[in-house]
Amino acid sequence: MTTASVTQNFQGSRSLPKWLAPTLLAVAILASFSINSALASSNPEATQLNLFAVALVAVITYSIGFYLASRIIEGQRKSADRLVTILVTGAFALAVVPLISLAWTVVERGAARFDIDFFTFSMRNVVGAGGGAYHAIIGTLEITGLATLISVPIGIMTAIYLVEYGRGALARAVTFFVDVMTGIPSIVAGLFAYAAFVVIFGPGVRMGVGGAIALSVLMIPVVIRATEEMLKIVPNELREASYALGVPKWLTVTKVVLPTALAGIATGVMIAIARIIGETAPLLIIAGFTASTNFNPFDERMMTLPVFVYTSYANQGSDAQTYIDRAWTGALVLMLIVMILNIIARLVSKYFSPKG
Amino acid sequence: MSMRIELSSLNVYYGSFLAVEDINMVIEPNSITAFIGPSGCGKSTLIRTLNRMHEVIPGAYVKGNLTMNGEDIYSPSVDPVKVRRQVGMVFQRPNPFPTMTIKENVLSGYRLNNNKMSKSDADALAEKALKGANLWNEVKDRLDRPGSSLSGGQQQRLCIARAIAVEPEVILMDEPTSALDPISTAAIEDLAIELKEKFTVVIVTHNMQQASRISDMTAFFTIADTGLPGKLIEYDRTDNIFSNPKEKQTEDYVSGRFG
Repeated sequence: MTTASVTQNFQGSRSLPKWLAPTLLAVAILASFSINSALASSNPEATQLNLFAVALVAVITYSIGFYLASRIIEGQRKSADRLVTILVTGAFALAVVPLISLAWTVVERGAARFDIDFFTFSMRNVVGAGGGAYHAIIGTLEITGLATLISVPIGIMTAIYLVEYGRGALARAVTFFVDVMTGIPSIVAGLFAYAAFVVIFGPGVRMGVGGAIALSVLMIPVVIRATEEMLKIVPNELREASYALGVPKWLTVTKVVLPTALAGIATGVMIAIARIIGETAPLLIIAGFTASTNFNPFDERMMTLPVFVYTSYANQGSDAQTYIDRAWTGALVLMLIVMILNIIARLVSKYFSPKG
Repeated sequence: MSMRIELSSLNVYYGSFLAVEDINMVIEPNSITAFIGPSGCGKSTLIRTLNRMHEVIPGAYVKGNLTMNGEDIYSPSVDPVKVRRQVGMVFQRPNPFPTMTIKENVLSGYRLNNNKMSKSDADALAEKALKGANLWNEVKDRLDRPGSSLSGGQQQRLCIARAIAVEPEVILMDEPTSALDPISTAAIEDLAIELKEKFTVVIVTHNMQQASRISDMTAFFTIADTGLPGKLIEYDRTDNIFSNPKEKQTEDYVSGRFG
C-alpha cells in the first residue's frame, strides 16, 4: 500500500487543549471568590468569608464550564463521558469530606489530653483537671475481648453449618433469624442481657460479662454473615478433590475449606469487632459506669471507652473544659484502637491468604 | 494390584431424574477404558459413581450393582470414604489446594487424614509420586512453592501425583486434558499409558483421537433427547469401535456424522 492511498477514517476527533482545565479552574475560583465577597459585603451579619460556599460555587461553575467546553469542542459522546466522570468524582468527594472532617476534629480536640496520664490514671477521686481513661481502656479491651471469645466460635460454627451441612427447614430458619438478629437495636441487646442477668443475680445487677453478652448478640450475626460469604467462595472443586482422596467431610471442612477462607474470615471478625467496640447503650445498662479501675468482669461495674466519652460529656463537673477534653481524647483512643485492629486484619489477610 | 470393576443393571439418579439407565459392563484391570459420547450423555455422572463421588450432590443416588473385585461398593456396610481411598480421581480442571505447597499437595491424601509419617518417608513418597506423574524433574528444586504457581499442565500432573500418592487400585480421569494445550495433553496421555501397568484406568474424554490413541476398551454413550436418560450403546475393544463398530449410532459418532 502506498502512502497516497492512506484514508482519514480514524482522524478528525478533536480533544480539549491541555491548558483549558487549569485555566477554567482558576477562572471559576476567581468568579466564585468575587461573587461571595460581593454577597458578604452586602450582608451586614456576615463577619467573614464563607470558604465552604466559595469552594462549592467554584466546583459547580468549573463543572458546568468544563462540560460545555467539551460539548462544543469534542462533541456529544466525549462530553457525556466527562459529565459522568465529574458526577462520580463529585459523589466520592461528598462522601469523603465528612469522614476527613470528623477524623480531623477528633484528632485536633483529642490531642489536648493525649498524654501519659490519660493512659495510666483512672478517674478515681478526680475532680476537675487530671485523671485519665485507664479504667475505661481496660474495660473496653476486656469486654470486647470476652464478646469476641463468645461470638467467634459460635459465629464460625453456625456459618459452617449453614454452608456445609444445612439443608431444609432448619437451615432456612437459622438464616432467617440471623437476618433478624442483624437488625436488633443495640439497646434491645443491652436490655436482653440485663434481663437475663436479673433472673440469675437479682435486680440492680452490674457486670462486665453482661456487657460482653449484650455485645455478642450484636456481633454473632455479623460474624456469621462474613464467614458464610467467605466459605461460599471456596471453590467446590477443592472439596471434591479432598473427598476424592478419601478425606472425610469434617476433615475436609477443617483442613481444606477453613484454611482457604481464613484470611477473609479474619477480616470479617475484625470488622465485627470494629462494629461493636463503639457501642454505648447496652454497656450503659448492664456494665454501668464507674470512676475506678475494675479488672474483674464477673464482679461489679466496669467502665468502657464509649460510656466514658458519654458520661464525661453528659455529667460535666465544675471545670467543664477538662471533662470535654477527656471526652474527645476518649473518642480519639477508641478510633485508634479500631484503626490498629484494621491494620492487624490487613496483615492477617496478607500473610494467610492463598498464594499463587 | 488393580481392580476388576463390574457394573450390572446400574441406574443413576439425580433426585427423581434418571440420568443414566441400565449400564452393564466389565472394566478390566491393568487397562485403559475410555468413555466417549456427546455432552450430557452421562459419562461424567457414571465415572463419578465408580468412587461414590456421585452421592456428594444432594439428592443423588444409585440403583443396581457395582462390584470391585467382587465386593459390592454400594452395600450399606461400606463407608464411601474407604472406597475413595482405593479409587483415586483426577478432575477436568486442575485443582491443587491453594493453601499448600507442591510437596504438601502431593502428601495431602495422608496429611488431611491426620496420618503421621516421618520426614524421610514423606520425602521419599513425594519423590516417588512426582516421578510417577512425570513431574519430578520440573519441580524438584521448588517443592516448597505454592501448588498454584505451576502451569496448567503441571498442575494437572500434580493432581495425578496427589491421586497416586495414596496408592489406590483404580484411577478415574474426568476429561483430564480438556483444559490443556497439546504438549501438556501428550504428557498426560503418556502418563496414562504408564499408569495402566499398576492401576485400572478409566478416562472420560471428548477427544476421539485421544480415546483411540491410549485406550484398550472404549464405551460409547448417548442420549436420545434432552431429559431422557443416557445409555451405553456399544462397549468393545477400541480398534473395533473406531474401525468396525456394530451399531449405526457409534459409526455416525466416531466418523463425525453425528445427529
